[in-house]
Amino acid sequence: MTIQETEQKIVDEFSAFDDWLDKYNLLIEMGKDLPLIDARYKTNNHLISGCQSRVWLHAELADDGKVYFTADSDAVITKGIVNLLIRVFSGRTPDEVLTADMAFIDKIGLREHLSPTRSNGLISMVKQIKLYAQVYKLKMNN
Amino acid sequence: MPAQTVFKAEMVRADFPALQQQVFNRPLVYLDNAATTQKPQVVIDRVRDWYEHENCNIHRGVHHLSQLATEAFEGARQYIAGLLNAKHSHEIIFTRGTTESINLVASSFGNKFINQGDHVLISGMEHHSNLVPWQQLCLSKGAILDIIDITSEGEIDLNHYEQLLAENPKIVAITHLSNVLGTINPVEEMIRMAHIRDIPVLLDAAQSVAHLRIDLQKLDCDFFVFSGHKAYAPMGVGVLYGKEEWLNKMPPYQFGGEMVDNVHFEQTVFNELPFRFEAGTPNVGAVLGLESALRYLHSFGIENILHYEDQLLHYAIKRMESTGKIRFIGRPKNHAAVISFLVGDTHPYDAGTIMDKLGVAVRTGHHCAQPLIDLFNVPGTIRASFGMYNTYEEVDILIGAIERADAMLA
Repeated sequence: MTIQETEQKIVDEFSAFDDWLDKYNLLIEMGKDLPLIDARYKTNNHLISGCQSRVWLHAELADDGKVYFTADSDAVITKGIVNLLIRVFSGRTPDEVLTADMAFIDKIGLREHLSPTRSNGLISMVKQIKLYAQVYKLKMNN
Repeated sequence: MPAQTVFKAEMVRADFPALQQQVFNRPLVYLDNAATTQKPQVVIDRVRDWYEHENCNIHRGVHHLSQLATEAFEGARQYIAGLLNAKHSHEIIFTRGTTESINLVASSFGNKFINQGDHVLISGMEHHSNLVPWQQLCLSKGAILDIIDITSEGEIDLNHYEQLLAENPKIVAITHLSNVLGTINPVEEMIRMAHIRDIPVLLDAAQSVAHLRIDLQKLDCDFFVFSGHKAYAPMGVGVLYGKEEWLNKMPPYQFGGEMVDNVHFEQTVFNELPFRFEAGTPNVGAVLGLESALRYLHSFGIENILHYEDQLLHYAIKRMESTGKIRFIGRPKNHAAVISFLVGDTHPYDAGTIMDKLGVAVRTGHHCAQPLIDLFNVPGTIRASFGMYNTYEEVDILIGAIERADAMLA
C-alpha cells in the first residue's frame, strides 16, 4: 500500500463515525496496537518535546532501505495519534517519508491537533519522524 | 441591601453571550475561569461604545473628545482605587495585565533595591509569571531566590516561611489564591510577618479579584497586581497597585510619551505618579471595560457571589468524591472554586480531551506552574475552575463527563 492508500484507508475508517466520542474511541483502540518502543530506547533522548503527554519515538533503518518506527506514550489518545503516524510512515523509504503531506489529519477531523498551540505535539512528532528520515537519507547516500 | 440577597448563577447567565453557544452539538460548560472568564454584555457594550463614540487619545488633547476621554479614564482609576480601598488613586497604575505588573516591579524595584547576595522570597505554588521574573532578576543580579515549601494539602508552610524571612529578603512575592489548587493563602498574616522585619510584600491577585473582597489598606500589602480578563473584563488590561512611598522611590520601567514632564535632547524630567509608569498610549477601551466589569461584579455583592461559589465548590467536591474515581491534587482548608484532579489512573490529557468532546471546557496540564505540579509527582492535572455564572446543572454535566471519560479510558 502506498502512503496515499494508507492515508485513504485511515480516512475511510474515521468517516464511519459521526460522533466525536466514537472517533476518539477508535483512536484509543488504535493506541492499543501501537508498535511499542524497546524499553532500552525509552529514554530522555527519545522523548519528543512539546507534548503535554510524554511521547518516545525510535526509528531504525532496515536492510530493505526502509525506516521502521516504534513509540510509546503515557496517554492513550496520544498513543492512538502516534500509531496513525506510524501506520502511514513506518516501512517507507526516507524519500517517501520526506515528501508525504499531512492532509489526512485534517480529513479525519483531527485538524485541531495540527495547531501549534495544541499540546499533544502532533507537529513535533511529524517533525521528529521527518528528521529521522532526513538523517537516514544522508546515511544511505554516504 | 445587596449583602442580604441570595446570589444565584441563573440571575446572570443570560448576560454572557459566549455561554449561550454549543460545542460539538452540546451546550458549552465553561469551567476554565481561572484561565479567563467570559464577558457580560455590559462590558462588551462599554468597549464598543468607546470605539463608536468616544475614541481619541487621552491626557494631551485640548479638544472636547479628548477631555471627556481623559475624564472617563481617570474616573476608572478613581473607581478602582475606591473599590479596592487604596489610599490614593495615583497608586493605581494601568498595565497590560498581571504579568506586566510583576515584570514592572521585578525590573524597577529589582534594579534599585536588589543586589548581589540579596534574597528574594516566593512560594512553591507561584504561577510562572510570579516566578520567572524574580528568577531572572536574581540570575542577573547574583541574588538568591528562596522558595517557601508547600504542604501535601497544598498550603504554604508557614514555619518554613518564618525561617526564610530570617534571611531578610528584599521582597516577598506570593499568590493570594493559587490558580492550580484553589488555595486561599493566609496573606494578611504573611504580610504582617514580613512587615515585622520591614520586608515589602507583593500579592499576585490574578485569581482573587473576581472572588474575594479586597481592602488594600487593611491587607497593607506593598504591591498588588491583577488582570482584568480573569474578572469578567477585557483582555489586555491589568493593574499594578503600589504604595506611594515605594512607587516614588522606583525608577520608570519603560520610557516614551505620557510618562514625561519635560524633555530635552540631553535629559528628561519624568512625570509624577501614576503617569511615570504608564508610558505610551494606554488601552483606554479596556480600562473602561475593566471599570464596567468590576461595577457589574460588585453590583451583586462580592460576598454573595463568594458564598454561592463556595456552595457550588462543595457540591462539586461531594459529587466528585461519590464517583470513587477522583484523585484530588491539594485539599486546602481555605479553598476557592478551583479544583485540580485526576480521573483514576488516566492521563489528564486523555480525560480532558474526552471531556472537551462532551462540551466541558476544563484545562489540563501544568497550568503554568510546572514546579508545583512536579511537587505532587503527577504528569499534570485536570482543572475545573468556576465563575459566577456556573450552575449546579453544569457540575452534574461535569460529573457525567468524568464518568464517561473513565469508562472510555478504563
